[in-house]
Amino acid sequence: MRTYGNSASVVVLLAWLLLPFATARAESIVLASTTSLDNSGLLGRILPAFTAKTGIEVRVVAQGTGQALATAARGDADLVLVHDPEAEAAFMAAGHGKTRVEIAWNDFLFVGPQSDRTAIGGMTDAVAALRLVSEAGAIFVSRGDNSGTDALEKRLWRAAGIVPAGQPWYRDIGGGMGAALNMAAALDGVTLTDRGTWLSFANRRGLVELVHGDARLINRYRVIELDSVRHAGAKLGPAHVLAAWLAGAEGQAAIGAFVLGGEVLFHPGVREIPPGE
Amino acid sequence: MEEFVPIVLRSLAVSLAATGFAIAIGLPLAAALALGRWPGRPIVVVMVNALLGLPPVVVGLVLYLLLSRQGALGVLGWLFTPGAMVLAQTVLATPIVAALAHRAIEGRWRRYGPTMQAAGASRWRALPHLVRMAARGVATAVLAGFGRTVSEVGAVLVVGGNIAGFTRTMTTTITLETSKGNLDLALGIGLVLIGISVAVSATVLVLAGERR
Repeated sequence: MRTYGNSASVVVLLAWLLLPFATARAESIVLASTTSLDNSGLLGRILPAFTAKTGIEVRVVAQGTGQALATAARGDADLVLVHDPEAEAAFMAAGHGKTRVEIAWNDFLFVGPQSDRTAIGGMTDAVAALRLVSEAGAIFVSRGDNSGTDALEKRLWRAAGIVPAGQPWYRDIGGGMGAALNMAAALDGVTLTDRGTWLSFANRRGLVELVHGDARLINRYRVIELDSVRHAGAKLGPAHVLAAWLAGAEGQAAIGAFVLGGEVLFHPGVREIPPGE
Repeated sequence: MEEFVPIVLRSLAVSLAATGFAIAIGLPLAAALALGRWPGRPIVVVMVNALLGLPPVVVGLVLYLLLSRQGALGVLGWLFTPGAMVLAQTVLATPIVAALAHRAIEGRWRRYGPTMQAAGASRWRALPHLVRMAARGVATAVLAGFGRTVSEVGAVLVVGGNIAGFTRTMTTTITLETSKGNLDLALGIGLVLIGISVAVSATVLVLAGERR
């Protein structure tokens, strides 16, 4: 009898797991999103209202921009939400995307130890700051994961005319934003972070904001609808409903209303990106 | 973080389902390896034991490519679902169950086989008795398989996608919360995970002991 009871509870548990398949809502889509929008809590906050209104369930797979675009290119996502202008342009040029619309922005910033022996604290010129980091040989933690943040960091190094790879102070960790912040906190290192992840990050220890305000540090989030020919298997209809909601009055208001510790994490703002930009 | 209890239940459901499949495939394989004499058997023994060290993230990657819409199994639509996670963990746990149960049953067969055969029992007639006698060894094999599944993160992260409320398990939550800097919360979930492992081990071992 006892074994019987055990088996019964296992069966109930499995039935509960499989329930989403049996009673699946009319529709669900996979949104390949950059990690910052999900890990900061934004998508978890705003998407329930969308699902309640439309009945479309959104399954968010949070990945770095490079990986999110690769997932969509393989046909494994229905909609993309990312933040790397160059990688997005390549994705569009390859014919994967149909439309590309900016739906929110904030900024990137350099964070580092309070002691700040590089003396970059308070600077606004991101490139000049990187030169000082390099001259001081201060530890710099790099994502190295092909994400949007990683791509911007590499552009800034190029602009500074510095090749950091292989330098003893340059730590290429091949990890997410959280992993980079955890390591910077542990090693008293400098790193580049998006503001959403930074404001919602709970293990800052001695890390403080050092550099922000450079026009090159603006962080733009774009939603990309997939091409109906290249991605005929994707659920493009409901994906369009979500894309339109994010760029519409309701979605924009929800994005702007997301506040942590008194600060707005993502500023709403809609702009359709013309082809070729 | 979303509701904690559903995450725990989801972890258990995925791991138990995978362990169940691993038993369904691994135990017959173990019996065939322990008692059978068929061509290629030594090669299978080497393979099964080699697969004990299967890197989860590689299993995840291979299954990702297979389950992807462009992949050979893409039509199933399993990518980023619990089904994909169960599949990945089954692949990881089956060699463990098979290899360890093989040793346990083989040991009993070496020891009691001659007596059983002298009494007129064929190999396959003797099998149920052997499994019963090897119950503790088999239970350890099953627990090792369960341990692999419930603690594994590399494969389920890749094929499940860590989707909140759908494919998020205890291990992927720990990874996520660590990345958000919520180290205390991540550690707390880790302790719950360990507690569940202890409870499951105790239950299975008691059951195996009672049958003896």
